[in-house]
Parts: sequence; structure tokens; C-alpha cells
Amino acid sequence: MTTTLEHPALPEPAILPDFTKPLPSREGDRIIQFREALREAMSEEMRKDSRIFLMGEEVAQYNGAYKISQGMLDEFGPLRIIDSPISENGFAGLAVGAAMYGLRPIIEFMSWSFSLVAADQILNNVPKMLYMSGGQWGCPVVFRGNDGAGGQLGSTHSWCVEGLYANVPGVKIVIPSNPYDAKGLLKTAIADPDPVFFLESERMLGDKAHVPPEEYYIPFGQAALLREGKDCTIVSFGRPVNFCLEADEALRAEGIECDVLDMRTIRPLDIDSIIASVKKTGRIVVVDQCWPFASVASEVVTQVIERAFDWLDHQPLRVNTEDVPTPYSKILEAEYLPNPRKIAAAVRKTLA
Amino acid sequence: MPSRTVYSASVEYLQIMDEEGHVDAKLAKDTLSDEEILKLYQFMVDCRQLDEIAFKLQRSGRMGTYPQNKGQEAAAIGSGYAAKKGVDFLVPCYRENAALFLHGLPMHYILLHWMGDERGNQIPEGVNMTPLSIPIGTQMLHATGIAWAFKLKKEPRVAITYFGDGATSEGDFHEAMNFASTLQVPCVFFCQNNQWAISVPRDQQMNSATVAQKALAYDMPTIQVDGNDLLAVHKASKDAIERARQGGGPSFIEAVTYRLADHTTADDARRYRDTKEVDAWIGKDPMIRLRKYLERKNLWSDEKQKAAEEKAKVFVADVVKAAETIEKPLISDIFDYTYAEIPEELERQKRTMRTSSLGQDPTQAGLAAEPSTY
Ligand SMILES: Cc1ncc(C[n+]2csc(CCOP(=O)(O)OP(=O)(O)O)c2C)c(N)n1
Ligand SMILES: [Mg+2]
Repeated sequence: MTTTLEHPALPEPAILPDFTKPLPSREGDRIIQFREALREAMSEEMRKDSRIFLMGEEVAQYNGAYKISQGMLDEFGPLRIIDSPISENGFAGLAVGAAMYGLRPIIEFMSWSFSLVAADQILNNVPKMLYMSGGQWGCPVVFRGNDGAGGQLGSTHSWCVEGLYANVPGVKIVIPSNPYDAKGLLKTAIADPDPVFFLESERMLGDKAHVPPEEYYIPFGQAALLREGKDCTIVSFGRPVNFCLEADEALRAEGIECDVLDMRTIRPLDIDSIIASVKKTGRIVVVDQCWPFASVASEVVTQVIERAFDWLDHQPLRVNTEDVPTPYSKILEAEYLPNPRKIAAAVRKTLA
Repeated sequence: MPSRTVYSASVEYLQIMDEEGHVDAKLAKDTLSDEEILKLYQFMVDCRQLDEIAFKLQRSGRMGTYPQNKGQEAAAIGSGYAAKKGVDFLVPCYRENAALFLHGLPMHYILLHWMGDERGNQIPEGVNMTPLSIPIGTQMLHATGIAWAFKLKKEPRVAITYFGDGATSEGDFHEAMNFASTLQVPCVFFCQNNQWAISVPRDQQMNSATVAQKALAYDMPTIQVDGNDLLAVHKASKDAIERARQGGGPSFIEAVTYRLADHTTADDARRYRDTKEVDAWIGKDPMIRLRKYLERKNLWSDEKQKAAEEKAKVFVADVVKAAETIEKPLISDIFDYTYAEIPEELERQKRTMRTSSLGQDPTQAGLAAEPSTY
């Protein structure tokens, strides 16, 4: 039995930007949507590696419930772009078996909210397979789909799974905030020998940004410093990063300048970049679209206290959602989520 | 518009060798030769001995827990022998040890597994099986995925997955069956209906007359066989496996058998099972009928039985020795297999055998220690 741990070395990227710096200028460059960036990442990898297939509900005929896989059935055919029965635990488990026999499945959950019915496979099998086989059976599956609230989908369809799933060792968790990162991170995820949970947001799929036509891979565990400032460190990941940038703009008008760190991946977590920034600013606000109790924000704050306690000039603050099920009402949902106003208020509080 | 039947089906039952060792000559024609039966019977003696010794190891504190296979050997061996060694894939739960051994798993690996040594799950090169699956039902989906990979790679292999009667109540079972049939993958679903799921009897587990009929919902070829009849199990398995190999898709087999021992060593079945029921099944033991068959053919005798048992004792003693004398793992080994490449944070924990909560830099706090053994 050949192990599934061998994977081709990543091709030399045509360009390797400094991933710690803000995005390259958009001017004169190609602008595409978030969903197109995801599609490009999958298609480019699938052209190179015949072991990769995409399976999920509505991914083939219908071109994806959110049109992410548009045109992929035509290009790759029904053996590699597969419409599955409505059976999340089923295709999650099937992916485990396929990966054990050397394939590289990409599994699309229509929403990460629905991954909960596949919990046994994705939490109890996927992350432990390598460990329980003494290093023999890896599980290189990419699970991806929409995560988070913001579209008036109600309590059961608005899950932010990162808080819950990040507790489990053995998986990598990726959560991009923009199309450029989404493409580079998804390509890395597909090439990665470990299982990866890739969290997208329905609210961002139409977002546009500069994405160079050349191939690139963004390494995991490397935060991006999107804004630089000496007053406070704002840490976030996924969609709320965009709210942090808005808050930062408002704060700059008041003369408050922040470091804004986009973590890009939660596991591995680039704690070193956070600590370096906190040692400079002495203040930190963590913005997280999950519930506050035992959230990723809680973990970041804990590690900051463990590693940079003496550098803190104010207690760390968190901006999470309220600790209640996600409301369906538009007005209530907007208030429930982290937003630029709450973030700016938290930063001001650390400086008061 | 008159009403009409849009679907009807039935389930066949197959027995070739009865409890007295009498064989239906016509049905037995293309099954196992007497040499094969003899060889497999001797192998059964070894497996039964291992089962007994594993039980004793647990009772004397040398093993965590152990689920005995006693009484179900014909089901495991008949099906395992029908699968091609080194070609087909076994995707087991935990009560078909003999099938795994037939495919080359060294016996002491099973002991290592139940002693809590993950090296028992490091399947040797050339042995086509996945590690034992303890969460009930999850492995059936893995088998479907492995079979899907065979199909995509156009390899003429078959996956055969094992599970109990209780496991067919799990969603995983139905999701795996549905996927296997919609994707038409080369997968054989082999149910060992041993009448019990811990203390829950089969008729409380399901209200279906047979387990086999569940496959009808997925339009899968299905059969119920006497699971204590080596020949019937072998024939049904061979048919299903070769059909799958030829592109005929998945099949289902219900092997009707009985768990002669407790569920595991943590259980005492006397508290919930009628001894009359157990006694009746002891008479149906797969080994008894094989022995009667062989004796009638003058291929077996009391002396041969004694010799075989003696041989098995010596053999199994060596197996136990192999499991108990393996070099102890390092405690720090626990960090090695969570990711393909050990992340920096885990590397730090491995170095210090402490969690990161012990301070800003555990190495400076004097907490670094050489990993010790246990
Ligand atoms: C998902 C899950 N639920 C419950 C259990 C606890 N459990 C272990 S074995 C068992 C009974 C299984 O019965 P069956 O499938 O008939 O197999 P048998 O043990 O009889 O061979 C149960 C309930 C488990 N391991 N996994
Ligand atoms: Mg049972």
C-alpha cells in the first residue's frame, strides 16, 4: 500500500510577493470576483493533478449553488465534478476513503452549517486518521463552503464553525478575507498533505479585487499586516477583516493608527506576528465573527497574555458576535455581528 | 386507473453445509476443495486459540479491552478468502480478525491494537486493509470512497467492508449504501448479523424481517447466508466480489451468525442473554460442522484435532511474545502523527512535554526535558 503522504513539490511560483505586506496595487491589473478566484484555484490545480475531484451538492449541472464551480463540469467531466446526493456525512466519509486510496478530494459543503451532520466524519475521522494509523494514512481532503452570518439566513444556516472546529488538532483551518488571498490559500490547501477546512463567506463571493493571472501559493500560518500603526493591534480573520479596515479608516481620521493583522489561517495561527505587533503597540483588539465563549478570539487573547503580558498597557479586548443564536431580522442581525462601529469603539477604549 | 405493483422483490437464503456437516452436492460444486477446507479449518483453530488467549490477556491486565470473534470465524474466513489478497481491500470494524490475517496482517498487530499501541494500525506494505474502525458504521463510507477511487483509477479491485447488525441502524450505513449504488462502485457490504449489538437484540434493533432486505431499497443485489457455513459465505462473497470486479456495482451480504462470547471483555452477556439461546447456537458453531464434514471424509480425527490445538498453542504463544516484547514507544511519539509535518507549536510541546500554557518560553523556564519512555 502506497502512503498518501507523498505529494508533488509545489511548483516554483511565478511570483512570490511579500505576504506580510498589504495587497499589491490594483491599478492596471486584473480584477476578478472572490468566486472566480476560488474557481481558478481549483481548476488550475485540477489541470495539473488528475487525482483531484470536486464533489458536493449542486456543484456540477447547476454550476454550484453559488456559481463557484461554473463551467467546471464542462471542462473536467462528470467523473471529476460530481453532484452528490444530499448526504453530507456520506460525501465527507467517501472523501476520507478516496483520500486513503490516493485521491485528492475537494468537498463543497453548500454551507458549513450543514457540515454539522457530517461531524463524525470531519471531526472524529478526518483529523485522527494519520495519528491513529501511526502516521500511515493521511487524509488530504479540502472541505470548503460558506461560513458565517450576514445574509438573513437565520440561526440554523448562519454557523461560524471556526470556534468549534479550531479546537480539534489534526486539521488546518483557512479563512480568507479577500479574492487575492482566497486563490493563493486555496491552491496551497489543495496541495497540502493534511486535511484543510476552507471557510468562505457567501457575503464576499461577489467581492472584487486584483488577482494576478500568474500562479501563486500563499503559505499557511503567515498573517498579512494590512495597515501599520503604533497605537493598537487589531487582529481578525475572514470577512470581519474588511470591517476592521473600515474602522481603521475612521480611527485614522481621529489620529489613531493601528496595525491591522489578517490571520488568513487559524490553524496554524501566526501568533508570532501578533506578539510582535503587541510588543510595539501595547494594546490589542481581536475581532471574531464567532460567539465569544471559548472562541478563537479567546485563544488569541490567552496566548497574548501568556507571551506578552508585560508589554500590555490595557487589557486585551474582544469584539465577537453577541452570545445568542443568530437573529433572522435584518436589523437585529446587523447589530449582532461585529461591525466597524463596535471595532472602533473597542480600540478607543484601549486608548482611553 | 387500476392500482398495480411497481416494485416487488424477495431475498434468497443460502446454506450449503448444514449443522451436521452434510453438504448440498450441487451447490457445493464450485466452492472450496477439500484441501482448501482442511487448510481453512486448521487456520480457524489458530484464530480461535488467539481469541481465547486475547481474552485471558485482558483478564490478567495485559490488554485494555478485546472483542472476541468466537463463533463468527466462518463469516470472516469465507468472505476474506473470496477476496483477492494483495488486490482487493478489506475495510473492517473489529470482529473479523480472521479475514485480516488471511490477507497478511500479522496476528500480533491485532494484539498491539487492543493493547493501545498505534503501531498495530500501521498496516504492513502489501496488506490491503484500513485500520480497525471503532465508531460504529463510519468505515462503510470509507469503503465506498476507496471503491470510488478504484473506479476513477480504472483498477479492477474491490473493497469489502465489514459491520454488524447494529451498524445498519446508523445513518452512515444508509449513506454509504446510497452512494455506492448511485455511483455504482465496486464495493461489497458484508454484514455479520450476530443477533446482538451489545445487549440489544436484533429484533429491537430493527423491525425488518431480514437485514438483507435493506439493500433492496438501494437496488443492490442482496442475499442472506448461513454465516456459520464456510461454503455458503464463500460462494456468496465470491459471486458479489467478482460481480463488482466486472463492473456490476455493489452488493450486500447478510451472514447470519452468533456472538458466542461477550460483546467485549467489558461486558457480561449472561446478564441479558438466555443460556438456552446460547446453547442452541453452540450447536451451530462453524467449527463443529466443518470437523464433522472432514471426519466423515476421513480427513480429520481426534489425534489430528489434538495436534492442531497443540500447534495453535505454540504458535499463539509466539504471537503474544511478539506483541509484548516490541520496543516501547517514546512518550514524545504522540506528537509525530497529528500533521504530515510537525508544526512549530507542536514541536515546542514535544521538546518540553509541556503545553504552551506554561509560559512565554518553556525552554527558558528550565522545563525542557529529554523525552522519557513509559
Ligand atoms: C457511533 C457509535 N455509537 C455507539 C458505539 C458503542 N458501541 C460499540 S459496539 C456497539 C454495538 C455494535 O453492534 P453491531 O453493529 O451489531 O456489531 P457487533 O458488536 O455485534 O459485532 C456499540 C453500540 C460506537 N462504538 N460507535
Ligand atoms: Mg451484532
